[in-house]
Amino acid sequence: MSVFGLKDLGTKIAITALGFSLIPLIVLGVTMYSMFASAYHTKVRSNLVTLAENKRQGIDLFLREQISQLRTLAYSHSIEDLSSQEKLEQILNTMQLSSRTFIDLGLINEEGVHVSYSGPYNLSDVNYKNEKWFNQVMVRKIFVSDVFEGFRGFPHMIIAIKKQEKGKVWILRATIDSDIFDSLVRWLQLGDLGDAYLVNRNGELQTKPRFGNKSQEIYTAFLGSPFSGAKVAEFESERKKVFVGGIWLEQKNWLLVIEEDMRGELQPLFETQTATWAVVGGGIIFIIVGTLMITRMIVAQQERSDREQAQLNEELIQSSKMAALGKLAAGVAHEVNNPLAVIREKAGWMRDLLEEEDVKASPNFQEFGDAVDKIEHHVERAGQVVHRMLGFARRMEPVCNDLHINDVLKQTSAFLDNEIRFRNIQLIWELAQDLPTIQSDAAQIQQVFLNLLNNAIDAIDRNGNITVSTGYEDESDMVHISIRDDGPGMDKEVQRRIFDPFFTTKRVGEGTGLGLSISYSIINKLGGIIRFDSEVGHGTEFTILLPVKHHDRKE
Amino acid sequence: MTERNNSQIVTVHAGPSVLVVDDEQDFVETLVKRMERRGFKVAGVGGGQEALLLLGKEHFDVVILDVMMPGIDGIETLREIKLAWPKIQVILLSGHGGEEMGLRGMAYGAYSYLLKPVALKTIVETTYTAFEEAGVR
Repeated sequence: MSVFGLKDLGTKIAITALGFSLIPLIVLGVTMYSMFASAYHTKVRSNLVTLAENKRQGIDLFLREQISQLRTLAYSHSIEDLSSQEKLEQILNTMQLSSRTFIDLGLINEEGVHVSYSGPYNLSDVNYKNEKWFNQVMVRKIFVSDVFEGFRGFPHMIIAIKKQEKGKVWILRATIDSDIFDSLVRWLQLGDLGDAYLVNRNGELQTKPRFGNKSQEIYTAFLGSPFSGAKVAEFESERKKVFVGGIWLEQKNWLLVIEEDMRGELQPLFETQTATWAVVGGGIIFIIVGTLMITRMIVAQQERSDREQAQLNEELIQSSKMAALGKLAAGVAHEVNNPLAVIREKAGWMRDLLEEEDVKASPNFQEFGDAVDKIEHHVERAGQVVHRMLGFARRMEPVCNDLHINDVLKQTSAFLDNEIRFRNIQLIWELAQDLPTIQSDAAQIQQVFLNLLNNAIDAIDRNGNITVSTGYEDESDMVHISIRDDGPGMDKEVQRRIFDPFFTTKRVGEGTGLGLSISYSIINKLGGIIRFDSEVGHGTEFTILLPVKHHDRKE
Repeated sequence: MTERNNSQIVTVHAGPSVLVVDDEQDFVETLVKRMERRGFKVAGVGGGQEALLLLGKEHFDVVILDVMMPGIDGIETLREIKLAWPKIQVILLSGHGGEEMGLRGMAYGAYSYLLKPVALKTIVETTYTAFEEAGVR
C-alpha cells in the first residue's frame, strides 16, 4: 500500500471516529440544554403566575380594608358628628394614629357641597356636583376612583361611601396616600430591573412604576375585558427583555402588571448554557486530540507492518524466482546438453578422422584442426554455462566441514592474483584473527567469494582498492565477511535486480548474470544471509553472514 | 580439454565390450564409432527395451546408459540390468543436472554418473576403471 493510501486510511479512520463520537456529543449537549431551557422557562413563568396572584390578593385586601374602614366610619358616626369640622378632624387624627393611609376626609352633601373637610388641602368650598366620581358614587354606593388630579391639582385616588340618613344622601370621601399605595404595589422587588404597577382599562398608569416611561406595548396584550387568573407574556424591546405577568384586581378594574427581567431570571439558564458549551467544547477538543493520536498510532502500525510485509514479499519473490529458475534450468540443461554432447562427439570424430594419412596431406589440414579445436572449446563454454545454471536445480546437501573462513578467503583470492596485479588493484585485508571455525561447505563458499571478488574487480576495472574484512557477531553467533570495492557503485534500478538470474551489467559474453543469483541461493542454503550496500560514486560492499554451526534452512 | 594426444590408447584389443544406450541417435552412432576406433567392442541401441533385448542375446562388460529416455528410462533399465546381470557395470550419462537422479542411480548399483557433454577421454577412462574393478570383484 502506498504512503498516500495510508494517509487516506488515516483520514477515513479519523473522520469515522470523529463522526461517531462528536455527533452524539453535540446532540446530547443540544438536547440537554434545550430541555433544561424549556423546563426552566416553564418554572419561571409559573413562579411569575404565583407571584402575580399573591400580589393581587395583597392589593385587593388592602383596598377592601380601606373600603371597610371608611364604611365603618360612615355608619358608626352620625351625620352631625361628621358634619362638624372639629369632630371630623378628631376622627382623622385618631385613624392616622394607627395608619396613615388616609390623607384627608370629607363629607359632601347631595348637592355636591363640601360640608366638612379635614386634611392638608383647602377644599372646603369646592362643589363636586359635576365631578364624574360624584355621579358614580350616587349610583353605586361605594366608589374607588382611578388616579386623577381633581381640584387639588395633584394625582390622587379616592374612596367614597354613600350614606342615607334623615332622608338625605351624604357622601363620605377619603383620599388614599398614593405614596403608600405605590409602595405597596411596588413592594415586591423583582431583581434589579423588575417592576410592578397598576393600570386601568384604558391602559393609564395608576401607580408610579419603579422605572418611568412605561411603554403601553408591555401590557397591551392584557387590556380589554378582564380575565380571571394570571397571564404571562414575553416582551422584548431594544433596551430589555422581560417576562410580563398580568392579573386583574377584584376590587377595582385595574390590571396589575409585573415585569421580571429575563436576564436576571434566566441567569442560571445562561450559566447552564455556558457550562454546557464549555463541557461540549472541551469534549470535542478531547475527542479530536484522542482521535488524532489513535489515528496516528494506527497508521504508524500499518506502515510498519506494510514495510515488513513488503520485505517478506520481496524475499518470497526472490526465493520463488530461484525455485522457478531451478526447474527451468534443469529442463533447459537436458535439452541443451544432449545436442552439446552430440556436437562434441561429432567434433571428436572429425578429429579422429583428421589423424588419417590422406587428410593430413590436405593443404587445409591445419585449418580443420583449428576449427575442431574451436568447436570443442565453445561446446565446453556452453556446457559450463548450463552447469552453472544447474546450480539452482542442485538440491545436494552441502558437505560441511570445519572451516577457517580467513583461509578460504586467502585461497580464493589466490585464483585472482594475476588479474588483480594486472589491473593494478590493491587487495586490502582486514581479517579478524580470533574467528571461530565454522561448519560449512568450503567449495560452495569459495564459489561465492570468487563471484563477489570477480564482480568487485570488474566494477573497479583498473586502479582501485578491494577491502576484504571478517569478523564475528556474538549475538547471532555468525561470522561476517565483507568485500568492499571503490568502483562506480550501482544505481537503484540495478540494485533492485542484481540477484535476478541472467541479469548482468557486463558485456555480452563476459558474464552470465548467474554469479550473484547462484551466490544468493548457496548462502541461503547454508543458512546465511547475503546483503549489499551500494552508492553511486562510492562503490559497493557485499556482506555475507554465515552461521558458526550449520543448520539447514528448511524450504 | 582437447583429446588430440590421447588417440594412441586405441590399440588395445583385449578391452571390455561396451553397450551404449541413448535415445539421441547421432550421439550413439558417433560414440560407437569413436570407441571402436579406440579398440573397444561397442554396440549402440536407442532405448532401454532394445538394450535389455540385446543383453539377453549378447554379453557386454560395461553399459553406458542415458538417464532421460522415452519408454523405459535409464533408472528403470539400470534396475533391470542389475537384477538380471549383476556383474555388468553401468555408467550413467545425463544431460539433466539433477544430482538426486545420479544419487538414485548410484543407489541402484551404477558404477558412475557422468554429465553431458562429457569428454570422450573421461568416458574411456571410466569404462576402463569400471571394467577393471568388475574383474577384481
